[in-house]
Amino acid sequence: MHVTINVNGEEHGDEVEDRTLLVHYIRDTRGLTGTNVGCDTTSCGACTVLLDGESVKSCTVLAAQADGHSVTTIEGLADGESMHPVQRAFQEKHGLQCGFCTPGMVMASVSLLRENPNPTDAEVRSGLEGNICRCTGYHNIVESVLAAAERTTEAAE
Amino acid sequence: MIPAAFTYRRASSVDDALALLAEHGEDAKLLAGGHSLLPLMKLRLAVPEVVVDLGGLPDLSYVEDRGDSVAIGALTRHHDLATSELLGREVPLLAHAAGTIGDPQVRHRGTIGGSLVHGDPASDLPAVALALDAVLVVRGPAGSREVPATEFFKDFFETAVEPGELLTEIRIAKRGGQGWDFQKFTRRAIDWAIVGVAVAGDAVALVNMGPKPMRASAVEAALAAGASPAEAAEHAAEGTSPPDEHNASAAYRQHLAKVLVRRALENARAR
Repeated sequence: MHVTINVNGEEHGDEVEDRTLLVHYIRDTRGLTGTNVGCDTTSCGACTVLLDGESVKSCTVLAAQADGHSVTTIEGLADGESMHPVQRAFQEKHGLQCGFCTPGMVMASVSLLRENPNPTDAEVRSGLEGNICRCTGYHNIVESVLAAAERTTEAAE
Repeated sequence: MIPAAFTYRRASSVDDALALLAEHGEDAKLLAGGHSLLPLMKLRLAVPEVVVDLGGLPDLSYVEDRGDSVAIGALTRHHDLATSELLGREVPLLAHAAGTIGDPQVRHRGTIGGSLVHGDPASDLPAVALALDAVLVVRGPAGSREVPATEFFKDFFETAVEPGELLTEIRIAKRGGQGWDFQKFTRRAIDWAIVGVAVAGDAVALVNMGPKPMRASAVEAALAAGASPAEAAEHAAEGTSPPDEHNASAAYRQHLAKVLVRRALENARAR
């Protein structure tokens, strides 16, 4: 089937199999390999992207379901050379160890902060419960999200 | 994991969806948010030849005030239930329980209708619908019919929705200041409940305590006879036949049901 999907601000028309999963469309058709496949069972969150601005697990969405919609991947966050505030906070607070879960963590965090710009520590933890870090580096990930929230709030004031 | 090949069809309206179901019969499956169906298709436990996507039907996503009741479109997502002010005020049990399903990503996709029609006894919303005495509106070629939640869940993954029909709306009477609570015990945040309990007033429903979501009738009868929450909760395992598997034994679940029912009843009374 033919799908038209806006990926990171650019509209693309592509032929895909009806059964193509969104994560495979992103990685294989669009060549954007920042989005990882972890568990492939809607559990780990490594494949999290934004669909119309909200976090989804792209291993459990058909490319066909994204037809006519907008997808943002980790590659679409930065503004040129300037990192997104959440990306910058993950770098500064060292919110990663091996890095495999990081793209999904960052995308889930962006979605979380859109819905709740000033989360508490507990709200960050429950807001990221769909993302698993097998290095168990949660402490710095939570610090990163709180730092990003603080910076974004300051910038808005 | 990739689903077996199928033909994707997008329904343009409820009538179009019914026509596609009539055309393809039992080879077709309806796709709402996809968070029950797609995992089964990836494991090839479900191998439909045709997938009819309802996702493009915005007219089935709403939470509406209907005077004495609230009407919810079948395609309303868990996220929208959890953040609905109307539900938060009039049916807080549903808003709260929806906010505990899976994780934020799952709640951005999964729908109330998909969850109810899937009929998984381990899902949260079927038990919530039972406790709230919801009325489910099922539409087929001959028109709409209303099914009380107590008659909706037939067996393991089996509901009153016949082939060729679809669920369009869920109606729930406003609850006013009625006490409520939802208890769910999971090993990890995103897991299905080992056991769950939904309480609305003196109605009590259980998650994952048998082949289908069920009302805890013995608990309700004890409450009606004047028993305290702690006394009534002792009846929570009566008539149940919970799964006995690697997550928990049946005996553990029956013990847990008593603990969670007591907690839920006490919390509901304190609200």
